[in-house]
Amino acid sequence: MRRIVTILLLIIVALGISLSLAKIPFGTPKTKVGKYYIDEGIEETGAVNIVTSVVVNYRGFDTLGEVTVLFIAAIGLGVVLTASGGRETRKTKPASLVLYTGCRLLFPLILVFGSYIFIHGHLTPGGGFQGGAIIASGFLLIYLGCRERRINRIASNLAESLGGLTFVVIGLLGLVFGGYFLLNFLPKGTANTLFSAGIIPIIYIAIGFKVGSELAGIIDNLIEES
Amino acid sequence: MSFLNSYIYYIGAFGLILIGLYIILVKHNLIKVIVGLGILDTGVNLFLISVGYITKGTAPIFSRSGIDSEHMVDPVPQALVLTAIVIGVAVLALALSLAIRLYQHYGTLNLRKIREQKW
Amino acid sequence: MIFIVSFLVVLMLVGAIAASFFRDLIGAVIAAALVSLIASILFYFLQAPDVAMAEAAIGAALTAAIFIIAIRRTERFEE
Repeated sequence: MRRIVTILLLIIVALGISLSLAKIPFGTPKTKVGKYYIDEGIEETGAVNIVTSVVVNYRGFDTLGEVTVLFIAAIGLGVVLTASGGRETRKTKPASLVLYTGCRLLFPLILVFGSYIFIHGHLTPGGGFQGGAIIASGFLLIYLGCRERRINRIASNLAESLGGLTFVVIGLLGLVFGGYFLLNFLPKGTANTLFSAGIIPIIYIAIGFKVGSELAGIIDNLIEES
Repeated sequence: MSFLNSYIYYIGAFGLILIGLYIILVKHNLIKVIVGLGILDTGVNLFLISVGYITKGTAPIFSRSGIDSEHMVDPVPQALVLTAIVIGVAVLALALSLAIRLYQHYGTLNLRKIREQKW
Repeated sequence: MIFIVSFLVVLMLVGAIAASFFRDLIGAVIAAALVSLIASILFYFLQAPDVAMAEAAIGAALTAAIFIIAIRRTERFEE
């Protein structure tokens, strides 16, 4: 009974959406603000990657809101999972020597690769969120391969707090030096070099540290065995 | 063939949204409902990016100094979807922690049995 | 070119339907990770390399990992 009502409802929704999707043409330019960002992007911000300049400079306040949402989700998960009683004690077998040594060999290389991606966020495709996810995958490899190691709780909390604090302090410095929050007040430099684009590399490094340590903390709260 | 050429991405995103809605409404295991929520999220992100595509355009990055800016795709939907993907994984992590807590309290994850035990 | 994109879209929809039919929950999670991976390839065809990198790192790897850790603490089979 429930299945038949659901399928009827989905057919009505499908008819409605397909009648309105047929009016949206595929592959034609639809807005004018995108063209403005592409034309004036390099002179105003100095970043070669236009998506990075939109995320950090033109829409920087939305990125601050997203970092806040991720922070609230990580805190909520920590509170819900440690307030519960019963800690399951499951005995895990230690890993073999080849697996242990291979994971220990691979872990610094993954950290260097993730750092390269969020440092060069304004030159190549990449940025803070992608680099932070790769660093969290490196920590997940340590949890799966060498099974008795845990991350240092104090260092993880310190990295996360310093990352968020740097973002807000740079925004407030923009308010002090210029007219508005998150003003790009450092010199722009020449395009397509590493030290260019004002505050954009500094904000992306702070976001990379924050997202990486937050996702690693989420995995650590979920595993919590023995 | 020309119809397929124009609308294949819309059909893919739209099919994912419908399948995600079906899983959320019909299935009665809580973890499978959360899997359906993740599929719905992926469908919406694919639809947003396919709206911002311009025919015969390239990625909006000025790698060399001689690239013309005449045919580049729209950069604003890409910035929005980058935010939406990270928020999607945060919502999934919080939902899974609540599912683990429900299992420790009720002993089962079947939504019908949990609803019966309430009254 | 259009045949490759059509084949990938059909594979993605088959994976999503399989995620609703499997009774083993780990199978359903692997099918959802396949959907995320093919969506990442389609993002690259739509000329969005930043979004493709984010979807591949977050959707295909980290989401499947936290699902499997959560299934390990509860039951594995549906009902």
